[in-house]
Amino acid sequence: MPFKLTPQPFKAAIKEVEVGCGAKAIKLGGEKTFPFYSFDAEMPNAPKVGVEISDLGFENEVAGIKDFYGDVTNVVEMAKKAAAMEGADFVVLRLESADPNGVNKSVDECAELAKAVADAIDAPLAIMGCKNDEKDGELLVKVSEVLEGKNAMILSAKEANYKTIGASAGMAYGQKVGAESAVDINLAKQLNVLLTQLGVKGETVVMNLGTAAAGYGYEYVASTLDRTKAAALGQNDDMLQMPIITPISTETYGVKEAIASEDDMPEWGSQETRAIDMEVVTAAACLASGSNAVILRHPASVATVSTMIKELM
Amino acid sequence: MALTGIQIFKLTPKKNCKECGSPTCMAFSMKVAQGAVTIDKCPHMSEEALAQLSEATAPPMKTITIGAGDEEHKLGGETVLFRHEKTLVSKNLYAVNLTAADDADAKLAAMTKVDYDRIGERMYVELVNVKYTGEGADAYAALVQKAAATGRTLVLECADADAAKAALAVCKDKGPVLNGANPSNYEAMSAIATEAGVALGVTADTLEALYDTVAALEKAGNKNLVLDVGTASIKDAFSKAVLIRRAALKDEDRTFGYPSIVNIGAIAAGKPELQAALAAVFTLKYGSILVMEDMSYAQALALYGLRQNIYTDPQKPMKVEPGIYPINGADENSVCVTTVDFALTYFVVSGELERSGVPCNLLISDAGGMSVLTAWAAGKLSAGTIAKFIEEHEIANKIKNRTLIIPGKVAVLKGEMEAKLPDWNIVVGTTEAVQLVKFMKDYK
Ligand code: SF4
Repeated sequence: MPFKLTPQPFKAAIKEVEVGCGAKAIKLGGEKTFPFYSFDAEMPNAPKVGVEISDLGFENEVAGIKDFYGDVTNVVEMAKKAAAMEGADFVVLRLESADPNGVNKSVDECAELAKAVADAIDAPLAIMGCKNDEKDGELLVKVSEVLEGKNAMILSAKEANYKTIGASAGMAYGQKVGAESAVDINLAKQLNVLLTQLGVKGETVVMNLGTAAAGYGYEYVASTLDRTKAAALGQNDDMLQMPIITPISTETYGVKEAIASEDDMPEWGSQETRAIDMEVVTAAACLASGSNAVILRHPASVATVSTMIKELM
Repeated sequence: MALTGIQIFKLTPKKNCKECGSPTCMAFSMKVAQGAVTIDKCPHMSEEALAQLSEATAPPMKTITIGAGDEEHKLGGETVLFRHEKTLVSKNLYAVNLTAADDADAKLAAMTKVDYDRIGERMYVELVNVKYTGEGADAYAALVQKAAATGRTLVLECADADAAKAALAVCKDKGPVLNGANPSNYEAMSAIATEAGVALGVTADTLEALYDTVAALEKAGNKNLVLDVGTASIKDAFSKAVLIRRAALKDEDRTFGYPSIVNIGAIAAGKPELQAALAAVFTLKYGSILVMEDMSYAQALALYGLRQNIYTDPQKPMKVEPGIYPINGADENSVCVTTVDFALTYFVVSGELERSGVPCNLLISDAGGMSVLTAWAAGKLSAGTIAKFIEEHEIANKIKNRTLIIPGKVAVLKGEMEAKLPDWNIVVGTTEAVQLVKFMKDYK
């Protein structure tokens, strides 16, 4: 009997979520297949690549990132450059300076910056908080308000602060809500259920299922992504059918492979190359298991991952 | 495809002689179907029936063994498509590509430089893919010999019969793969591979042609195969890798039940970062042998870390060896920090300690591979286990410093530890690893 290719698309689909406005708006999700299984059915929307910038600037980044932003002196200009980066689909502004254990900038000041960035670029915008749940609970509410009409992605609502962020971003001001859980399919589902019960529509939610750098417990990430897509598509679980966004650079730039200097580890070679490889390997692994968007930092990583997506589509 | 009890019953002699330990042939057949007993318990099965049964109960994907001695490797043998279903058994192997156009010595030297240990696993480029580019049989054999001298197992990418024979003459004892069969030459190549006793790589432009070629090879008795997904494009290689594995494991079509070869260096030539990204994709989606143009340390660190994670047993956490791990050039006068042997905890904690720049001795005790709180709850991390570790590893003789920083999450252990280790100054550290950098700097 000869081999006959039988396409096996699922009946269920990942929800399609639009972020941003106008010609540059992007759509995440919508597929009825595992990632890049074009032989089953075309993915209607290619996975997207976001460029992460911090409101603390780029002083501590590796040379290639510093060179890319060059003599830029403020965050708004930095965002414009990020939006124009080759392969970039959206910009992610990380409001690190809000951290009460760090610079501790006021909520209003940060929100104002977010607004200035959103006004300066056409590309869709995502906003990341400072990782302090309490501060983010206030900050992201205010950001959602000032960005009304921008259809931004607010990253993220967690179990600790989903009520305020869900209500403002997802209901009052028409943004998209990132629902962040810690590498566990049941926690992810529970948060989506909570957000839905609050009144946030499933179609306005994207999931951040948590992440880890390659080599650092990444098996949990891979299996959570695999299981989530299998439940969403194979079992038509509509509380897991939200598209998945995975921040990569926030993890990979913290591990030894990306941090150790060449002086300390001469045999490892260029620190920058190591940082890029950690970033692209982790991102590619996430995309292979179902992330609909990844967030990266280095221009070479953004270009590489976006090329890879195009090649696989 | 698994057989039902009824299907097995039809193959038994229906004597009901009870020699198998079951009261009837039917009862025996039911037990075999459930996997409770094996078919060989019945002494009266005909040869023909046994052959039919072994075919039907054979694993969906063959395990192919390549290499020899310490460099023996297993490929394939997978039973599931996703690691959460069951442990993946044969990790993908890496090869670096070598052709006559390369500076062979330099390339092989660079390849052998990547060789290190990560949580008890040796990380290195296991294979060399020696590609024949028409240089002639003798020149090819000489190149193959050079590659073989590294001790690594070879993949001979060669569809030329004479060159393949010459190459095998110098390396067949090392268990190489002869990757050179296609729909037009498979009979000759199969004869060469079989004669040398090595696995044969097969490729074809389309999956249909590949399938027919594999079927023909199997019919001729060669089931020692590896399937090359080709180099038409990235998309084509990915599709083939997924479809071959899915056909074997999901649709139970054993003709495609073989490991794969993906030549990433060829489909992303000159782009090392793209090759790294694709290697990650093929680690998850069904590449068995991944051929790269080169393997830099930077690529290796990320890719081998990923592979080690993906090929762990989902039931069993990764553990590091208990012992003293000096960090930032620590010596016997440096402060001690302790945590559990769960690999993830170890990596995160040691990474943060390194970032602090403060020399310290990280003491890892046996906590059953659990995280701090889990180990504490399970009684695997207690004042007693740490004291025992310090005694058994003769820490007091090896380190003069008497300050020990314990994880903040088990601050409750402080009192008991002071009682058990009276010479030591017990300090409660941070609850999260990320706080360690500041803690260590302040502490110093
Ligand atoms: S030994 Fe074989 S023939 Fe005898 S009862 Fe068992 S299955 Fe039947």
